[in-house]
Amino acid sequence: MSSHPSQPPAQQPDDQNPGQPPVPAGGAQAPAPAYGAQAPVPALAVRGLAKRFGEKIAVNGVNLDVPAGSFYGLVGPNGAGKTTSLSMATGLLRPDYGQVWVHGVDVWAEPLKAKRLMGVLPDGVRLFDRLTGEQLVTYAGLLRGMDRETVAARVPDLLRAMDLANDAGTLVVDYSAGMTKKIALATALIHAPKLLVLDEPFEAVDPVSAANIRDILHDYVASGGTVIVSSHVMDLVQRMCDHVAVIAGGNVLAAGTVDEVRAGASLEERFVQLVGGRTQAEGLEWLRTS
Amino acid sequence: MVAHLVRLKLTLLRNGFKRSPWQLVGVILGGLYAIGVLALLISGLFFLSYTEPEMARMVVVLGGSAAFLGWALIPMMATGVDMTLDPARFVTYAVPMRQLLLGLAIGGLVGIPGVVTLVAALGQAAAWWQHPVALVAAVLCAVIATLTCVVLSRVTTSASTTLASSRRFKDLSGVIGIIPLVLLGPIMIGITEGFRSSQDFLPSLAEGLAWSPLGAVWAVPGDLALGNWGAAAARLLIAVAFLAVMAWLWKLSLARALVTPPYNAVSRKAGGKLGWFSRMPGTPAGAVAARALIYWFKDPRYGASLVSIPLIPVAVFFGLSQTGDFTFMLWLGPMIAFLLSFGISADIAYDNTAFALHVSTGVSGRDDRIGRAVACAVIALPATVVLTVLPFVFIGEWHLLAPVSGVALGVLLTGLGLSSVVSARYTYNVPLPGESPFKTPPGSTARMMLVQLGGLGVLVLLSLPELVLALIGVFTGDALWGWLALLVGVVLGAVLLVVGIVLGGRWYDRRAPELLQAVAKNK
Repeated sequence: MSSHPSQPPAQQPDDQNPGQPPVPAGGAQAPAPAYGAQAPVPALAVRGLAKRFGEKIAVNGVNLDVPAGSFYGLVGPNGAGKTTSLSMATGLLRPDYGQVWVHGVDVWAEPLKAKRLMGVLPDGVRLFDRLTGEQLVTYAGLLRGMDRETVAARVPDLLRAMDLANDAGTLVVDYSAGMTKKIALATALIHAPKLLVLDEPFEAVDPVSAANIRDILHDYVASGGTVIVSSHVMDLVQRMCDHVAVIAGGNVLAAGTVDEVRAGASLEERFVQLVGGRTQAEGLEWLRTS
Repeated sequence: MVAHLVRLKLTLLRNGFKRSPWQLVGVILGGLYAIGVLALLISGLFFLSYTEPEMARMVVVLGGSAAFLGWALIPMMATGVDMTLDPARFVTYAVPMRQLLLGLAIGGLVGIPGVVTLVAALGQAAAWWQHPVALVAAVLCAVIATLTCVVLSRVTTSASTTLASSRRFKDLSGVIGIIPLVLLGPIMIGITEGFRSSQDFLPSLAEGLAWSPLGAVWAVPGDLALGNWGAAAARLLIAVAFLAVMAWLWKLSLARALVTPPYNAVSRKAGGKLGWFSRMPGTPAGAVAARALIYWFKDPRYGASLVSIPLIPVAVFFGLSQTGDFTFMLWLGPMIAFLLSFGISADIAYDNTAFALHVSTGVSGRDDRIGRAVACAVIALPATVVLTVLPFVFIGEWHLLAPVSGVALGVLLTGLGLSSVVSARYTYNVPLPGESPFKTPPGSTARMMLVQLGGLGVLVLLSLPELVLALIGVFTGDALWGWLALLVGVVLGAVLLVVGIVLGGRWYDRRAPELLQAVAKNK
């Protein structure tokens, strides 16, 4: 792993043309990201990311380029390493190997600078749930070092957008699962980040709120922001995202624009092809009721 | 099916150890302690057999009734001491009711408390080896009694979980539950006073209990040994009837629990009240302080220590009332200062994975440390000052105020600094957010004791200068030493607080992701 660059990719003098072909699949070592002076810096660049928990290799050398201004989907079966990869990319989990850049800032060399650019919705973590929804979003804004007036102006907007205005004074511990997801999303948006990393943002969220959130995210991307969402709902990713990466067994199996990856088939069919593991339906003869 | 449930319980127990070697250490220590207590108990019972049967009977009835009470009340107070076989988890499986009841009852015996109760109950037979009939009856009664213990605890927990599905009730009971615990000393003193004032208090208490469901089963062997056949039969009947009624109640509540999932009604509230967030400065450190303060008042895990502040003086007062010498009360201030300031040494462990917000927003270690220390100081400083001055108002001895407050302030500031370092480095498992403050994650005790004792040792070392000066002041009666202690306490304490925040902040900055991993292990 010593061959990895220690400098941000944006400063590499090399003149390769990135991003045009889909990133080669598999856990093989991709070359370090290299961008010409005019080429855009990717919103997120990941090189050789790996993590092992005891005996289990959760992430096995992931390489990924998320172009700025893209709506990027990360799909994979349960236990594929999506959450682990995203935790390492957002500075929540220290990788064993590999590097991550957010808009050219090395996440693990300059964590504070990189975290300022990112809004993160981690999956499976608690919230400070003895705060009210309003207090929690305010807390996230103030922790980011924003001034009180800006925070106070943005919090009601966010709560309205998430359809939580009527529950702003309710303790988060009393929220339903979907409301909790929405308030967590609001805490990720408060500082208007350049990159949003959302781990399973639509889980347990009702269809109306999900549609509202999708609108917010589309507006955000249209205005130049970048969104990464992980999901295992293929349909949603195919409709919502313009780029997609398929992760399984800790490796990236395919990545690129949605049309490139699905190659004429539906994303779900292509996904099943790539990941495998489909069993024949004959297996459960006895399940037939007649 | 019964075997399945018991095996499930054993597997859960074993898998618990796999998660952390500390847990295994804790269970082994707990087990050794239990064996020690059992050995003492059974040898004591054996010696009882050489005394009058009346004496042995009284001791067994009192001890047995206490065991019943313990099984009924302790799991209820510490909601979910052992919910590994929570009936709610069997809702989707069509297990026949009788087998589920039997399986859960026997599963309840697996584990240290169950085994200890069973062995102790069987051990009381040792008190009756000179009376063969009583001996046989004692073994039979031990089985009935142990079953009653388990069923009793299931009934009271399922009754309280119905109430506890409301979060408000759970929070409140957690905070209020600390009161009898802190006042345990005064309560014990009251009881011993009762013993002393009347010679036959214990025998008459035992006689009363022996006719109640709590003591009936324990009195049967004694009655037989004394030849009271009629009374023995009547009491056995009471015991069996009690077990049957409890089992029936348990079955009812279980049947109800299996078809009604807990539901928590919540009233919606619009926003507009930011509470401490509008009172603290609008900086990251100010926000951390505001959040921590809200938790001090709203989270029962912090609330419990808040409630105990006024109770501790009461407990100490009664403790000293035996000796009649209250000068020790003058050191209340330093005691409270230590308890409160070192109380935040597990702050990040209390956050659990909610701490991810601090990591992902990139709060600097310094801001995080300052915020938590300030929040604690907002509560601890007034409490320390009041409890330092108050004893002097009653006792006088004002010339000792300077040295004592020197130690109190020194310990407070030093403790806050030390906590700032400890909570960034040494985490241990604490009750999870929303859990009862009394719940100790199994096996976490060993590491917790290590961190706490280590912390106490370091704190004493660090506040040694003002401590020594204060003691010289107290013993020589020279006011100069007292004032010196106050000066050194405040100045040295402030320096150590700053050092602790800087050092802990640096540690935090380097290790924030690892800290998150460490606290996330406790699920």
